[in-house]
Amino acid sequence: MNNKDLLNLVDITVSFEGFLALNKLNLNLKKGELRAVIGPNGAGKTTFLDVITGKVKPTKGEVIFKGKSLVGRKEHKIARLGVGRKFQSPRIFENLTVKENLEISVTTPKSPLNLINKSIKDEQLNEIERLLKIVNLTKKVDSKAGSLSHGQKQWLEIAMLVGQKPDLMLVDEPVAGLTDEETDLTADLLKSLSGENTVVVIDHDMEFIRRLDSNVSVLNQGTVLCEGTMETIQKDKKVIDVYLGRPED
Amino acid sequence: MSFSKIKFDKKIVLSFWIILIALIIAAPTILPVFRLNLLGRYLSLSIVALGVDLIWGYTGLLSLGQGIFFALGGYCAAMYLQITSSSEFPNNIPEFFALYGVEKLPFFWEPFRSPVFTFFAIWIIPALVAGLIGFLVFRNRIKGVYFSILTQASLLVFFNFFNGQQKLINGTNGLKTDVTQLFGQMVGSESMQRLFFWVTATLVIASWFFAKWVVKGRFGNILIGIRDDEPRVRFTGYNPVIFKTIIFSIAGGLAGISGALYTVQSGIVSPQFMTVPFSIEMVIWVAVGGRGTLLGAILGAVFINYAKSLVSEALPASWMFIQGGLFILVVTALPEGVLGWLQGDGPRNLLQRFGLKRKIETYPSLEINKKEGNNE
Repeated sequence: MNNKDLLNLVDITVSFEGFLALNKLNLNLKKGELRAVIGPNGAGKTTFLDVITGKVKPTKGEVIFKGKSLVGRKEHKIARLGVGRKFQSPRIFENLTVKENLEISVTTPKSPLNLINKSIKDEQLNEIERLLKIVNLTKKVDSKAGSLSHGQKQWLEIAMLVGQKPDLMLVDEPVAGLTDEETDLTADLLKSLSGENTVVVIDHDMEFIRRLDSNVSVLNQGTVLCEGTMETIQKDKKVIDVYLGRPED
Repeated sequence: MSFSKIKFDKKIVLSFWIILIALIIAAPTILPVFRLNLLGRYLSLSIVALGVDLIWGYTGLLSLGQGIFFALGGYCAAMYLQITSSSEFPNNIPEFFALYGVEKLPFFWEPFRSPVFTFFAIWIIPALVAGLIGFLVFRNRIKGVYFSILTQASLLVFFNFFNGQQKLINGTNGLKTDVTQLFGQMVGSESMQRLFFWVTATLVIASWFFAKWVVKGRFGNILIGIRDDEPRVRFTGYNPVIFKTIIFSIAGGLAGISGALYTVQSGIVSPQFMTVPFSIEMVIWVAVGGRGTLLGAILGAVFINYAKSLVSEALPASWMFIQGGLFILVVTALPEGVLGWLQGDGPRNLLQRFGLKRKIETYPSLEINKKEGNNE
């Protein structure tokens, strides 16, 4: 364990009635790092995010974030500590407008009293404007989020994630269902976010991962199979066997 | 252009309010006392419906136990009225106690001697009970149909308790209020009923503004967020338990006010307020009026109950069938309720079906707003 590390996962084991979704998984993230996590279906990628965000309690093991253990904390507490998550399929509030969605994400403190009493702060409104520009949704600001296209929904959710100002961003399949052009833009966006933020991207899309140009962790059967740059990974025999060697659908 | 439009809208709103206030002031002279009393009762029911709309329409919590809080408010009001009008009875306690040989007032009646205490108890006690039940349920992440079942079970617990406690609160007979005194007048008298009507009408409007204030802005958006995707709200850093407890407690408080107003206008509070069908009816009023519209809840409660009394006078046995039919109609054809249907694309779709309006082939924002948008 290193003091510069933002997140350490130590021997995480998650057992669903005997089935080991994660098996002694170890993973360390440095501050400002961009990390891609890949792996075949059922490798435990989403469970891995569930453990960090508090949705699933590990059967064994420790999650250390900014020097504090996350195990046993409630989801909203973990989120307030600075862990943000983007879900696999876009999870935005479809009955609210784009602006209202972003308001929910940038508002602090997130207490009922603050929400009912006070109007939104100016700096938060500026932040919303900035986010809208980044994800190109300025014109849609008062549209219902449900009326956006799939790609726009993905981006709105990324904007919501950024608006939360998390220290650690967990991004689950951000380019699923996006066009090639949108995929490229998303990769650039995520790259630009790292450095200041620490970003973990989970995806299947090899082209996209390559474009991220980051360290890659390969998960298989609930454990880290291999870690390194894309080049190292591609040459690793174990990885080729379980993942790259197979033709992609 | 836009300026004149806003002014026009303001004029409509202003005239709406003038007409409404005029109607409220004039109602006691226009309507016979019997009808006025009925209208007052239905208006008081619309306050509990507002609460149901807040928790169900906005937050997605389908409570089948609002009768608990409604009855609690009613009992608070009735206890005060009974105890302050009991000076002529044996031991200076309400008359019914003598029937069961009770000579000493049960301790929890004591604070109800105070009008100030009662004024607050009417809404705070139900709100606290709702908050407590809500917190325990929400903290354990009980949701959806399990929540509904639990609220209904709580309702039955309260019903059975109140029904069986003759020595404490006159059990199944309930507490009568119409022969009690308030401000030196009989509660059931015509002048008092007129006063209650005005109080009720004012409180309906006040509750409506209060509910609008609650759902306006970010607090209301979080409620909608909880309804649509609660885990997402959690992962954004909000604690849904607190928000749900607050809104459930607000709905409980509104139900208490509603129950107290209903009690003084119907002349009695009894465990019948906590029967299962009555709490389900509250949900039907909101479903028919329009979930998540607030105004729909008020209109639903008033119109359905008015229809109920009219139909029951003409064809006594048929109301249950009509009410059931209405509910089925709303669930199948108007899932947004009548007001939701009117506010949404309902009328346009209907006209299209009869070929009276052009079909939209792309998006409304492209086809309709292009023409209408010029005005803005």
